Amino acid sequence: MPMKIENGPFWKRVEENLQNDFMREAVAGMQDRGYVRRLGVIEELGHWEEWRSLAEQIRKHTLENLDYYLMQLSENVAKRGGHVFFAQTAEEANDYIRRVALEKQAKKIVKSKSMVTEEINLNPVLEAIGCQVVETDLGEYILQIDDHDPPSHIVGPALHKNKEQIRDVFQRKLGYTKSSDPVELARHAREMLRRDYLTADIGITGCNFAIAESGSITLVTNEGNADLVTALPKTQITVMGMERIVPTFEEMEVLVSMLTRSAVGQKLTSYITVLTGPRDEGDADGPEEFHLVIVDNGRSSILGTEFQPILQCIRCAACVNVCPVYRHIGGHSYGSIYSGPIGAVLSPLLGGYDDYKELPYASSLCAACTEACPVKIPLHELLIKHRQIIVEREGKAPVAEKLAMKAFRLGTASSPLYRFGTKFAPSAFAPFVEDGRITKGPGPLKAWTESREFPAPSKERFRDWFRDRQKGGNPL
Amino acid sequence: MKVSLFVTCLIDLFYTNAGKATVELLERLGCEVDFPEAQTCCGQPAYNSGYVKEAKEAMKQMMRAFAHADYVVTPSGSCAAMVKEYPHLFHGDPEWEEEAKRLAAKTYELTQFLVDVLKVEDVGASLHGRATYHTSCHMTRLLGVKEAPLCLLKNVKGLELVPLPNAHQCCGFGGTFSVKMGPISEQMVDEKIGHIEEVDADYLIGADCGCLMNIGGRIERLGKPIRVMHIAEVLNQRK
Repeated sequence: MPMKIENGPFWKRVEENLQNDFMREAVAGMQDRGYVRRLGVIEELGHWEEWRSLAEQIRKHTLENLDYYLMQLSENVAKRGGHVFFAQTAEEANDYIRRVALEKQAKKIVKSKSMVTEEINLNPVLEAIGCQVVETDLGEYILQIDDHDPPSHIVGPALHKNKEQIRDVFQRKLGYTKSSDPVELARHAREMLRRDYLTADIGITGCNFAIAESGSITLVTNEGNADLVTALPKTQITVMGMERIVPTFEEMEVLVSMLTRSAVGQKLTSYITVLTGPRDEGDADGPEEFHLVIVDNGRSSILGTEFQPILQCIRCAACVNVCPVYRHIGGHSYGSIYSGPIGAVLSPLLGGYDDYKELPYASSLCAACTEACPVKIPLHELLIKHRQIIVEREGKAPVAEKLAMKAFRLGTASSPLYRFGTKFAPSAFAPFVEDGRITKGPGPLKAWTESREFPAPSKERFRDWFRDRQKGGNPL
Repeated sequence: MKVSLFVTCLIDLFYTNAGKATVELLERLGCEVDFPEAQTCCGQPAYNSGYVKEAKEAMKQMMRAFAHADYVVTPSGSCAAMVKEYPHLFHGDPEWEEEAKRLAAKTYELTQFLVDVLKVEDVGASLHGRATYHTSCHMTRLLGVKEAPLCLLKNVKGLELVPLPNAHQCCGFGGTFSVKMGPISEQMVDEKIGHIEEVDADYLIGADCGCLMNIGGRIERLGKPIRVMHIAEVLNQRK
């Protein structure tokens, strides 16, 4: 699955999803439960704002010295006998991984933490050379066997499906015969997946944080599948976005704590796995061969721009979990595997404005995302920056809006014009006013009055009242 | 104390009663209220839509209008938060940076001014009924004013203040968002009204006319028996 989800134009996606009562209920339930849980673990930790500042500082420092830390990481991976490949594009990354698979004559590949490999659209490349590719994160597994249904949340990709729907998929695709009880469903998936781990030739994972000082990679999971993916197959390939790196274990510990608290409201996840290169002599398990693929794919062109803070992201989805727009339209409306506020900022940067020009506007700028972000990315401000670029550089703003803003500039940049323009507002609106309100507005008011009344302008502006009052010297 | 009122364009043109109440309230608390005629708009509608150049012209007009003010008080959390952003937006502009800093430093949202500067928590208001308060996003998250309005409302005689479920959630206004993304905005405001109904409130009180125009406009359209009031109007009620 590539970053872009091919499911029609923005408004078609939104209209469809607004009709999807089940999805909306699932998202609202997740958000409401998650909100309470997250506040709980934040409170329990204490000094949350100071932790956020520290986490932000760590991310900023790392990005400012990214070349240094990436070099250190790759040297340390090589020292431990691993191979490092820097991929500038998705194609280069896919090509490298394909060559490894061919060389190993791989028939079966198991995967975990697949977000970045979805971004680069790896699976079809491997399937084209005859590999069977199995996603092992439960959510990803469900989507994969359901004919590659796209993910709708960066942490809970199958959030939009309920247990009955999952049972139906299992029945259809896996010959499952039991109930929709989540325990039974999970047990069945586990039985299926165990066979795959044991027979896979290659394990492919993403990476939560690479650690420069040791050449290690960290994986944060609740299901334990990443451990099997990295421990059993003879060859392991880790694919990481080039910014997913920390200097030392010390920073990793801070960020993991921020990640698990922000993502799922847990102090820690069930598994936090740190892997360093291939199996050493005397190790009980681990791969014989280790490859680290570091993916740029548009990231380095974000470095040094006003959008650099988006690279601070640790993919916790806290912003998604508090977003009131995501709440109603769900992940698929974003047309990208990256949804919610992080997706609205990142997708146009990685995928261009042609495909994602509506996303920066799919926000009321309520700043719930900015407030929730554990690494202090000013998400709502970055959305405004996108809007600015769409207006100034891309020239993609609607003509009516441009005219309105010209009028705004004229009307607000000097006081006589403002006073003149607004004096006639009551008479200009008069034909549309009934009972002191406007029910069917003209021009840009039309969209407002589709669902709401618009107030009629006051006959006397506040400023007129104030002036008269001063002149008359009327007491209260 | 001399206070310069930044009334906001929405109140100047549509919600004049909230402006009048603000003046009366401040005067009753001993302030001398001045209204600089040169004021227009804080620039937010243009800024949030990506029209930064246009917005900055409005912002410069604001800085000119309030150059001589000691305190600038505004009955809007959102507009106050916009003014607080000026130093950031004019950073590095030799002509305006200092002016932007000065204006930002002396600008207060109304309830913030009452509680933090005038040190008043009971303004002697009374209003009978059951009310809930909408915490607007910009006021709480960008301006950081959370407690002041609640503190003042708790002291309004006869008013039974009940917490609004999911109060942290946006009402769906978002300026041009409400028209550009109308169908989404509608779902958001409907959820907000659902929560207001859940607590059986007679009054929905807020400190930002943008939110109130959105919630109130939808309440009117749906014919719900909920009265929408700006907090200045509530605090100016005497019986």
